Amino acid sequence: MVKGRTGQRVRLYARGTILGYKRSKSNQYETTSLVQIEGVNTKEDVAWYAGKRMAYIYKAKTKSSETRYRCIWGKVTRPHGNSGVVRAKFKSNLPPESMGRKVRVFMYPSSI
Amino acid sequence: MAPSSKLSQGIKKASRSHAYHRRGLWAIKAKHGGAFPKAEKPAAVAEPKYYPADDVKPRKASTRKPKPTKLRSSISPGTVLIVLAGRFMGKRVVFLKQLKSGLLLVTGPFKINGVPIRRVNQTYVIATSTKVDISGVNVEKFDDKYFAREKKKKATKTEGELFDTEKEATKDLPQFKKDDQKAVDAELIKAIDAVPDLKTYLGARFSLRDGDKPHEMVF
Repeated sequence: MVKGRTGQRVRLYARGTILGYKRSKSNQYETTSLVQIEGVNTKEDVAWYAGKRMAYIYKAKTKSSETRYRCIWGKVTRPHGNSGVVRAKFKSNLPPESMGRKVRVFMYPSSI
Repeated sequence: MAPSSKLSQGIKKASRSHAYHRRGLWAIKAKHGGAFPKAEKPAAVAEPKYYPADDVKPRKASTRKPKPTKLRSSISPGTVLIVLAGRFMGKRVVFLKQLKSGLLLVTGPFKINGVPIRRVNQTYVIATSTKVDISGVNVEKFDDKYFAREKKKKATKTEGELFDTEKEATKDLPQFKKDDQKAVDAELIKAIDAVPDLKTYLGARFSLRDGDKPHEMVF
């Protein structure tokens, strides 16, 4: 979607919302984030997404490599609870600003 | 030669000359022209200047050989694949064969969707149930070496030319690659035209829409 892509824009990722960090009532563990993927509502549905890569994309003020967009890569690790929420680990922990923001859940590595 | 027996600690039974005679050294000397043969000393190994601090065993080279990449059961020659990432993401593409490196050899066909003969990794691809008949296509000549990057020749540049970048960097496709593309696609396009709508199908890109759930989709 970046770098002046001409022609059709195709979406090959599922949209996800970052809910926060893995936590208990008064302790949080920032190495793992919780993500709600659109359309995924049960633990069994999450099995398809296990291992799929995700990207948290954000903008910065300065340009690095010609673009202001930056990205933190991660992957879906396991389901969280019974209702389709997913645990994810990223290359570096997600910043707290990411809570409530979108994440892209790609369809690769694919096994279909 | 059995040692001379002892009478007591330090006292041998046989005298010095008797023992000499018994041992037969005189015969060996005679055989070698009067002198006892001296064994050649092996060339003295120069003492290494430094010894390693620890006694470490040298590591043995691994004898593990990686197994050939397993081709997914849903992928067979002629299957239409959806490319998930990269320049051609979303494009529907025809699978030709698996190369020795494990990568999949794939073509658009070029005329239909602009994807040339290309290699693609299995994990970045979704296999659909649509199949194209590729019995007429000859893919013998394609292997990993075909796709190797050309080694750039280092031409010594004069001072003025040092700043002329891109002078040698022509990225034109060699003609034989264009011909190969046409040859492969000619047969394929015939097979594709035989099936109604397959051409437009291959020309269209895949995209997720609102409400789509990839985990519930059947490809």
